[in-house]
Amino acid sequence: MTQTARGPVHVTGEVLASKRVGAYRHLTVAAPGVPERFRPGTFVALSTGPGRIARRAMWIHRIKPTGGYGATIELVVEPLGPGTDWLASLPAGARLEVTGPLGRPWAMPKEAVSCVLVGEGYAAASLFPLAERLRERECAVTLVVAGADEAHLLSALEARRSARAVTVVTGDGSIGRHGAVADVIKEVLDQARAEVVYAAGPHATLHAVAAAAEQAGAWSQTAVEVPMTCATGLCQGCAVPVVGEDGVGRMVRACTDGPVFRGDRVRWDGLEAQG
Amino acid sequence: MSVHLAGLTLPNPVLVASGCGGTGRELDGFGAFEGLGGFVTRSITVGAGRRRLAAHRGDAVRPGQRGRPAEPGIDHFLATELPWLAQRQVAVLVSIVGRSLGEYAELARRLGRSPGVAGIEVNLSAPDAPGTQVFDVREPFHAASVVAAVRRDLPRDIPILAKIRSDVVRVVESARTVLDAGAGAVVVGNALPASMPDGRPGGLSGPAIRPLVLRCVVEVHAEVPEAQIVAAGGVADARDARAYLDAGATAVQVGTALLHDPTTATRLVADLGEDR
Repeated sequence: MTQTARGPVHVTGEVLASKRVGAYRHLTVAAPGVPERFRPGTFVALSTGPGRIARRAMWIHRIKPTGGYGATIELVVEPLGPGTDWLASLPAGARLEVTGPLGRPWAMPKEAVSCVLVGEGYAAASLFPLAERLRERECAVTLVVAGADEAHLLSALEARRSARAVTVVTGDGSIGRHGAVADVIKEVLDQARAEVVYAAGPHATLHAVAAAAEQAGAWSQTAVEVPMTCATGLCQGCAVPVVGEDGVGRMVRACTDGPVFRGDRVRWDGLEAQG
Repeated sequence: MSVHLAGLTLPNPVLVASGCGGTGRELDGFGAFEGLGGFVTRSITVGAGRRRLAAHRGDAVRPGQRGRPAEPGIDHFLATELPWLAQRQVAVLVSIVGRSLGEYAELARRLGRSPGVAGIEVNLSAPDAPGTQVFDVREPFHAASVVAAVRRDLPRDIPILAKIRSDVVRVVESARTVLDAGAGAVVVGNALPASMPDGRPGGLSGPAIRPLVLRCVVEVHAEVPEAQIVAAGGVADARDARAYLDAGATAVQVGTALLHDPTTATRLVADLGEDR
């Protein structure tokens, strides 16, 4: 009685593998019920050890069919604090509570249109399964992968396999273009004749992409990350200021009303002000 | 396992605490709504507002509320949340909080007329009341005036649960005065005023406050034996719940633990059932 057929599940998962890739840890986790319900853009909430109540939300990077366990999920963890450090240190065989998949997924275009996908840091994780789905729909996919340096570029090699064109941007110029997403996004959108833009990363990057998409006349979707305590819609802690269809501003929950929002609906100034 | 609480008959003594069960729909998504002893809504206010929550180490510390108290506002609640709750087989207790006695009376009037409201929980223990414009109830006398105002405007068959602060020094006095003012039971719990590591005000809840709340339950039960007590503070498993019930509580509320595992309350119902 712990779950409904379509809703998220709360299960005890098992870490099958943990691999260091650049600055990140890629965790392969068996979490029965989660892969079957996964759609690109959804995420899981993880417990982070005994004594810690608040959970950590992680993008699902990919679903992998693994013999013996059924499908598994792959997560990208950047150790940034006690919770993520704990997750990154989990050995194969460790168990952890997994809730998901949570949140509203990326919306898919009905027709084969030109799509630009922008991912910065570990947040790029959710764009790879999206790119696959878009290619299945015969959309032209252009990827922008960004990070502070080479170690923080997520799966840039894989990006070249899943997209028609890839632009790599690093803050220190160690690889690819030197600078920020904001510096290159206009050019990329123009070149790709983008009709739909998907972006995941820090707020400032999302803001820049949403603004550039607006100028280019493209739809934008942004995956807004804010710290979450429960990630299941209960605590009301992950407020995002948006403008509704009715033009009225309101606060909504990133975890259940998002994390994917239309870029032109988010009040970016309000989001950046609330820190 | 059914319990009688302030005139209500509940199928079991496990309630979802205010502010920790969302609108109810989120729990339902996990199949964790039906079967509860009762559901307490987040605190409903006259106007709409917002609040934020952040985590601190093992326990939950919520930063103080900015601007107006919080939450969806009574209009939105009556239009969209209550109708859904009313269709469920779970007793709905609506938590309310106001900036003035007039606001409390208005909330009582409007909720008293609405079908599906089993009871009212008056939130008299918001962790940082002074900064949030919530009606100041630090003195038990003021808390009692709120209960009396709500009682006047509420039909007799809808009981009031008064949620008082788990302050060991004053909890017995608080319980006595709110019961005299017309409350059918007291809820002992809620987050306690605390600070985030950077000094911002917040509320401390979860396992950290369990010993304090337990002491309050013991004291109230000893000094006011006729009082019905609902304990809310760090209940995460059947052992925690059992400790409160053994100390004299009629029921328990599960709060912070739900933020960690949304199935906590329904699991607790099952575990308590097996104990018997």
